[in-house]
Amino acid sequence: MNQTSPTLDPPPRPSDTHARDGHGMPVDKAAPAIEVAHFNSWYGDFHALQDLNMIIPEKRVTAFIGPSGCGKSTFLRWINRMNDLVPSARAEGTLKLHGQDLLDKSTDVVELRRHVGMVFQKPNPFPKTIYDNVAFGPRLHLKMSRAELDQVVERSLRSAALWDEVKDRLRTPALSLSGGQQQRLCIARAIAVGPSVLLMDEPCSALDPRSTAAIEDLMAELRNDYTIAIVTHNMQQASRASDYSAFMYQGVLVEFGPTHKIFTNPNNEQTQNYITGRFG
Amino acid sequence: MNDTAIKHAQPRGGRFFRDNLFVLICLFAAGVCIATLGVLLASILIQGVEHLDGRLLSNPPSRKPDKAGIYPAMIGTIYICSVCAFTAIPLGIGTAVLLEEFKPGNRTLARLHGFVQLNITNLAGVPSVVYGILGLTAFVEMFKLLGNAGDPIWTLGTTDNWYYVQLPFGRGVLAGGLTLMLVVLPIIIISSQEALRAVPNSLRHGALALGATRCQMVWNTTLPAAIPGIMTGTILAMSRAIGEAAPILIIAGIVYITFTPDHLMDDFTAMPLQIYDWAGRPQEAFHRVAASGILVLMAILLTFNAAAVIIRQKFQR
Repeated sequence: MNQTSPTLDPPPRPSDTHARDGHGMPVDKAAPAIEVAHFNSWYGDFHALQDLNMIIPEKRVTAFIGPSGCGKSTFLRWINRMNDLVPSARAEGTLKLHGQDLLDKSTDVVELRRHVGMVFQKPNPFPKTIYDNVAFGPRLHLKMSRAELDQVVERSLRSAALWDEVKDRLRTPALSLSGGQQQRLCIARAIAVGPSVLLMDEPCSALDPRSTAAIEDLMAELRNDYTIAIVTHNMQQASRASDYSAFMYQGVLVEFGPTHKIFTNPNNEQTQNYITGRFG
Repeated sequence: MNDTAIKHAQPRGGRFFRDNLFVLICLFAAGVCIATLGVLLASILIQGVEHLDGRLLSNPPSRKPDKAGIYPAMIGTIYICSVCAFTAIPLGIGTAVLLEEFKPGNRTLARLHGFVQLNITNLAGVPSVVYGILGLTAFVEMFKLLGNAGDPIWTLGTTDNWYYVQLPFGRGVLAGGLTLMLVVLPIIIISSQEALRAVPNSLRHGALALGATRCQMVWNTTLPAAIPGIMTGTILAMSRAIGEAAPILIIAGIVYITFTPDHLMDDFTAMPLQIYDWAGRPQEAFHRVAASGILVLMAILLTFNAAAVIIRQKFQR
């Protein structure tokens, strides 16, 4: 699990084969986590997402690939309704998380975001200590004793594979960490609230290959407990780290399916061209 | 290729000369500023040091320059600046938070938001005398709606109580402090807004994505990150409040006051007024007393600024 591949184009890791056990099977028994049907989204007059239909399975890693501006991030930001911050953004259609309609007016956005954590493209730790960063979410929502909070912080940092590196300096500023550590801290921070879904918007684009490998290893661990949706521009990353892949182009979901199929035998010619680097 | 590039470049000497000349011009500009300030400080120090002793700090003003002191004015300044700080800081930061963190999506409200913003920016440029007149009308007389200041429509306690309050306020500490608040409010709002704007959006998104409400986001993320900037702006605004003479002159009216205020409605004077009074007298001796008063005023200002720097660095750590 821990071997890192500092080269830019690493070979497939042997661990991948058994990490994705059940993948060669014709049917994946994963339950649906997020149901998307006839989903459309606009920024003002711009039709950003056009008639998306897919089911994102529970406790799997689903990668969204496609050229810049194709709507991957926009879609991700609808799942935790971060698009509410954009006044001109609106959406129609079905977007359900565990059966609950996310677009419904009655949906409590604050509550929703506790269940759907998000990791951003650039690591954005708060200018506080490492401990306070992880404790930020739990402190917002729950009344916890010191000991309980300590436990949550330790558990989250362990899940994010950061505990061993920072356990002796929990009270130092988070901004003193390296970029890769900061990003794992952001993952720990998201986990600490106890979400069921983790959204990752190009989490490795600002990181070096070694930190990228660490985050990919981490995702392989986290998929046991969380449904992960990741936007990435890195084809190798998508093929290495994800169970399902969705290829989007100009707001349209071109193809969605098991990653090994998308990357070895796609149905669509556009997908074929994109993953082989002929455009995009 | 590199050879020709070097040959075609300007001669070394010419570039170096121009570069040095530019540095010299900048040095000259900075030198003029510092020299002016230095000369000013030195002349005040020479004039004022003679009178700068315990008597100046503890005596009331007097007809005799030897006995003249600044004590009532100092206390008056502390009173009005406290009133000003306790009202202007929460109001100013609150307004800044509203304008920066709760921007409306609705078009009509957005227009209103823009209108308020434009007006605050304009208010920052209004001369302080104008605020004096405004304070006189709004706080001292209360638009003459509530009768006369000498014959208040409503009172709490008597003039012997420290908590005495009346409506309208009359020419007292409260009216003076509130008028100063009007002067510094736009400065505090604008500097706080700038400090909030400097907080990266990624922090806001990070907090919201963890399920923070907008209120929690402001209290736990945005404000702490903006505190150093807000502190700087607030302290600068308070320094301006201490030095303001014009609006206080309009509110306080009288300058020759030998007692300290007992309650918020009491008459008062402030240090800039006292200095103005001394500097305007014909006797040479009073000019030296005025210089001493300026030294005291500047000492208080520097103490304020030093406190601000310390607090800011503590927060930044």
